[in-house]
Amino acid sequence: MEYMLMYYETADDTACRADERAPAYWAGWNAYIGALAQAGIIVKGDGLMPPTTATSLRVRGDKRQVQDGPFTDTKEQLGGYFIINVADLDAALDWASRAPCASTGGVEVRPVMPPPPQA
Amino acid sequence: MPDAHTSVEAERAARESYGRLVAVLAARSHDIAAAEDALADAFATALEKWPAEGVPDNPEAWLLTVARRRMLDEWRHQSVVAAATDELLLFTDELIEQAEASAVPDERLNLLFICAHPAINAVVRTPLMLQTVLGLDVARMANAFLVAPATLSQRLVRAKTRIRDAGVGFHPPKSDDLPERLQDVMDAIYAAYGTGWDDVDGADEGRKGLTREAIDLGRTLAALMPHEAEPKGLLALMLFCEARAGARRDAAGRYVAFDEQDPSRWSIELINEAESHLLAAARLAAMGPYQLEAALQSAHTQKRRGAPVKPAHVLALYDGLVQMRPRVGALVSRACALADINGPDAGLAALASLREEDSSRLESYQPYWAAVAHLEARAGRSEAARQAYQRAIGLSNVPAVKDYLMTRMQALPE
Repeated sequence: MEYMLMYYETADDTACRADERAPAYWAGWNAYIGALAQAGIIVKGDGLMPPTTATSLRVRGDKRQVQDGPFTDTKEQLGGYFIINVADLDAALDWASRAPCASTGGVEVRPVMPPPPQA
Repeated sequence: MPDAHTSVEAERAARESYGRLVAVLAARSHDIAAAEDALADAFATALEKWPAEGVPDNPEAWLLTVARRRMLDEWRHQSVVAAATDELLLFTDELIEQAEASAVPDERLNLLFICAHPAINAVVRTPLMLQTVLGLDVARMANAFLVAPATLSQRLVRAKTRIRDAGVGFHPPKSDDLPERLQDVMDAIYAAYGTGWDDVDGADEGRKGLTREAIDLGRTLAALMPHEAEPKGLLALMLFCEARAGARRDAAGRYVAFDEQDPSRWSIELINEAESHLLAAARLAAMGPYQLEAALQSAHTQKRRGAPVKPAHVLALYDGLVQMRPRVGALVSRACALADINGPDAGLAALASLREEDSSRLESYQPYWAAVAHLEARAGRSEAARQAYQRAIGLSNVPAVKDYLMTRMQALPE
């Protein structure tokens, strides 16, 4: 089954990307991504630029409402995702638990929706 | 205010009484869920009151009396009283009389065997045991077993329905089946210990707690089967591990590998207790894998306390262990023991041949890659060691272990 692993990072995690902790931060993610790759389960995946670069948009009536930043101002923000192909939820959770951000932010795991039935 | 010790004792007494009562009720109704429902409130009240007021003289009669009162209250609100619940009420009457006279019969052993029955999905056996015998709640277990609470809850309900509807027998296994069935019970207990052990960080209270619960189950099993050697071996193994649990972190909270641990931080009381169970097991002259694992722990402990056991003896213990139970963890450890005698390349060759046999499993097995990394480093091949450290780091889910491996990787010479 395919699952999307959504990696939620704290503001401090995101800060690590650019300060003196950057080498350790990237080493952790590189090791994790390397292990995913070697297990041969990656369908696709990306890291995302920090939440400060996000722009959110809604269309209400004929108005476009554009705002700086992500929709919700939560403690953890989406930092990246992988879609992996594994046997079951337990296997997906095992991989989620190994993510560097699992112990600081968190990981949301969701099954990828199969194509809807054709009309 | 009750001190921490009184609290722990009261909680243990409540859990023990709870397990006994679930077992006797379920033995009569064959319905674990109904037995749990009948006792749930009483148990919650006990956990609240006993730590403050002390454990009552007759805990079982106390729990049953409260449970029965709650049940009667509940039924007054329901116009129909099912025959099954009527029956349950009769049992409780009978049992309160027994409890007041002496003690209710101990049927927890049967309950343990039922929870680990081959008809029950292996993944749910350990949580089922913890819930029915010790009354652990789903949220806490889900956390430790890394499954969603709703999923675990569903699995537990399904397992109990299956036990009731499939008519899993509430009696000890036949003597032919006993070794295998006992192995399943012990594996389920050790799995509970393992979830707590993995949490080196100790950051998660719920998870840390399961090691204590597993040891409680281990003590219960060993006491209920005094003539079996392996339950004592399992108890000894868990106690050896527990003795060293605190020494796995230094003052700054960093992970400390076994070879670098300070033996003065090990618990001598627990080690002595473990040794005494191992000795009692040995007197029964029935060797088994848990005793061998406990013997290995004993050997490692001796080594660090300045009375080294010969590497060849350690290897012989591993050889015995993998012959009885060729589990991946033991096979990897055996390769490391081999390296202690014949050098890192001998260990690496053993690891490589394991991977040829079972590559799918080992690809994602963190201890395998940590072992490869340490041995490559010892052989002076920094690049190969670096690559293996990378994989071990990526496969670990414990931040302190990740940090430790990272430090080792960075210390590799160019």
